[in-house]
Amino acid sequence: MATVTLKPTKVPELMLEGYSITPDAFAGKTPAQIAALPAHEGKIHVTLGDFFEVSGNAGVTAAETDIVIAGDCTRVKYIGSKMTAGTVTVNGNADMYVGGWMKGGKIHITGNVDSFCGMQMQGGEILIDGNAQNYVGCAYRGDWRGMKGGTIRIKGSAGNDIGTFMLGGTIIIEKDTFIHVSTHAEGGTVILKGDVEGRVGGQMVKGTIYVFGTIKFMMPGFKKVDRVELEVDGTKATFDHYIGDLGERHPKSKGKEIFADLYVKA
Amino acid sequence: MASGEIIIKGGFVVDPTSKMDGDVADIAIKDGKIVDKVSSSAKVIDAKGKTVMAGGVDVHAHVAGPKVNVGRLFRPEDKLLSGVCRSAMAQKNGARMESGFSIPSTFKTGYDYARMGYAFVMEAAMPPLYSPHIHEEIHDTPIIDEGALPVFGNNWFVMDYLKKGEIENTAAYIAWLLNVTKGFGVKCVNPGGTAAWGWGLNCLGLDDVVPYFDTTPREIITGLLKANEYLGLPHSMHIHQNNLGNPGNYQLTIDSLKLTEGIKTKNKFGREQVMHSTHLQFHSYGGTGWGDFESKAKEVMDYVNKNKAITVDTGNVTLDETTTMTADGPFEHHLHSLNHLKWVNVDVEMETAAGVVPYVYDPNIKVCDIQWAIGLELALYAKDMNRIFLTTDHPNAGPFTRYPRVIKWLMSKKARESVLDSFKHKDKVIDATTLHTIDRELTLYEIAQMTRSGPAKCLGMSNIYGGLAPGMNADVGIFDLNYKNMPSDPEKIETAFQRAACFIKSGEIVVKDGEVINRGHKKTVWVHVNMPENLQVKRDITQSFTKDYTVSLVNYPVRDYLAPHPFVLEVDVEA
Repeated sequence: MATVTLKPTKVPELMLEGYSITPDAFAGKTPAQIAALPAHEGKIHVTLGDFFEVSGNAGVTAAETDIVIAGDCTRVKYIGSKMTAGTVTVNGNADMYVGGWMKGGKIHITGNVDSFCGMQMQGGEILIDGNAQNYVGCAYRGDWRGMKGGTIRIKGSAGNDIGTFMLGGTIIIEKDTFIHVSTHAEGGTVILKGDVEGRVGGQMVKGTIYVFGTIKFMMPGFKKVDRVELEVDGTKATFDHYIGDLGERHPKSKGKEIFADLYVKA
Repeated sequence: MASGEIIIKGGFVVDPTSKMDGDVADIAIKDGKIVDKVSSSAKVIDAKGKTVMAGGVDVHAHVAGPKVNVGRLFRPEDKLLSGVCRSAMAQKNGARMESGFSIPSTFKTGYDYARMGYAFVMEAAMPPLYSPHIHEEIHDTPIIDEGALPVFGNNWFVMDYLKKGEIENTAAYIAWLLNVTKGFGVKCVNPGGTAAWGWGLNCLGLDDVVPYFDTTPREIITGLLKANEYLGLPHSMHIHQNNLGNPGNYQLTIDSLKLTEGIKTKNKFGREQVMHSTHLQFHSYGGTGWGDFESKAKEVMDYVNKNKAITVDTGNVTLDETTTMTADGPFEHHLHSLNHLKWVNVDVEMETAAGVVPYVYDPNIKVCDIQWAIGLELALYAKDMNRIFLTTDHPNAGPFTRYPRVIKWLMSKKARESVLDSFKHKDKVIDATTLHTIDRELTLYEIAQMTRSGPAKCLGMSNIYGGLAPGMNADVGIFDLNYKNMPSDPEKIETAFQRAACFIKSGEIVVKDGEVINRGHKKTVWVHVNMPENLQVKRDITQSFTKDYTVSLVNYPVRDYLAPHPFVLEVDVEA
């Protein structure tokens, strides 16, 4: 493995579109070549070298490349987006679209992230030590194909619209969440360790949600069917099992209607 | 319009209008028109080893209007990964941002058509009530000349008159509406069916009765055909038939085409057909359901080949993710219930309706592949290439930017076979279609007929567009294809037509090496009918605007400032 270190040298005046900060783009390049990779500040064409000091070496392939950003990226978008392998570590915060459309590899952000973290991701792992804003693991605005695979773990709290149109993969929010969880989902698993305000599973067709805390306002389209003992993310507990959203269409499998499952800790 | 002189030297000219098939000739341009000769100071463009064609003419595309805008608004995901990063040079030249794939922005629409060497595009369905918006949007689309066809097939006036067999009154109403909406001709979408949709119903057969109006698709189609010829409009009645997109609809398609028998064309614009049947691919289906869904392209084309009163366009499925949009409201609801994707439904008071649903033509799905084959079969079974035109019913079967790809498939059996071979359900597709048995490969001359001279003649503008004869508009495309030595790799055909080496529109060079370098001078083309006043129709219109419409009659017409670059075709109807 080879490590490339980016040291922020300048805070961008507008947000920096850092779509080149991925192991795939860095692989096989020298620090000078990495510094010459394209980025945008608004509509202006810039390079990574305009905002970062690049040191270390990239591996031959993305899988052999680790990227460490030694500093804050509060104003840098698209870190690790579309990456297929390798790792990205940010020692600080990051802006929107961290790991969006990601297919593989690992991203670790030690601070907070803004919205659209892991949007439409298909594989790989994202770990956020701080909080996330809205749209964790969601579909792009208007799209009906959300997160398909991989894992997102937010150690802090998250905002609205978690796992919208989710089709697969796992999202874990360790603290509280606000509204709209797995809206329109047709698969995937969302685990909420804290409390959630409401609108959990609205128009959900398939998929699973676990809630360890409380749901302040329950959706009327969910019906309690039984009480079960489960081990979820390493914790054993008793859950009330609901199915829904009863207002939505549901596919049939072997003559039986398939519903989404919502488990709330009893 | 540029007054500068240009001479395009030494290219292989492919122009059915002047019967040139690969002849090496010079094309001279002056004052925006093709001329016999120019002075020695004319700008010389070297086209040696390249193919020279007239600007393309698109007979049917949805490029402006409320449903196109609805598509743009409700599909932000269509823009996400399809934008073009403008180069610093393009920014400096004043090129506008381009975005969207199946429903591109107005700017991208104009630029992309120009890059493909297209000069004229017909917006195929204009809800009359929203015609001011459509003209504003057409004005916002750079470079290409455009016209728009108002829809009549479910119009309350039309149905009321035709129920009583009143052709003259229908014609007078059409004339009035064309004049106030600055429309081009008579479009008819799912006649009666869209009106029935107001009651949650549809008209799937020619004799299904339209609720409340007590008329039938048969009466509406026949009546509009007759009214169109009564007026002698440049274009014929332009129809999207009933029962679109359903297995087994081909028989109804042939029955509807037969309604042209006995109706004679009457016009001063060189048009020979009385009906243009659009996106025929969607109407050439056999089978009783999606399981035994099959192609009936041969059966449909056998009839079309025999009947000179008909022109058609293909509506080729291009196997892309796209956005369907049509005034066929019930069809869009049907589609939404099949694919469960988002759906928009709109009623346009007194006139029409519309629906919009995204659709993915997935090459791994058998039905989509059969649809792809049907579109190509239609063109390959055609005998008279001046009566069948290339379209994708943009964006319904695919975006117009795929025309070069369709041309590639039509010109190369090798290219068709490599697509067929890539299908997951190849054997099932072969069972349901005949494409694999067709060896025919279209020539550049036939492609020029399908995309230039044919559609121009069908629209009654064969002396203006689609050809390179002196006196015609100086719309000339130069494509990087050697007529005498065509590439063995079919991909090169697609590349050449995707990005013209040079495109001259109205005598100005607008595209060079595939890049837009000039925003040109677009025109809006419409038809103005001069006919004696029909007092009954005048009274009916006044009454209806007082009683039924939510807008007043004075606010209805398209004001001149909304279409500031007019090109008007005058039609005189004798009393």
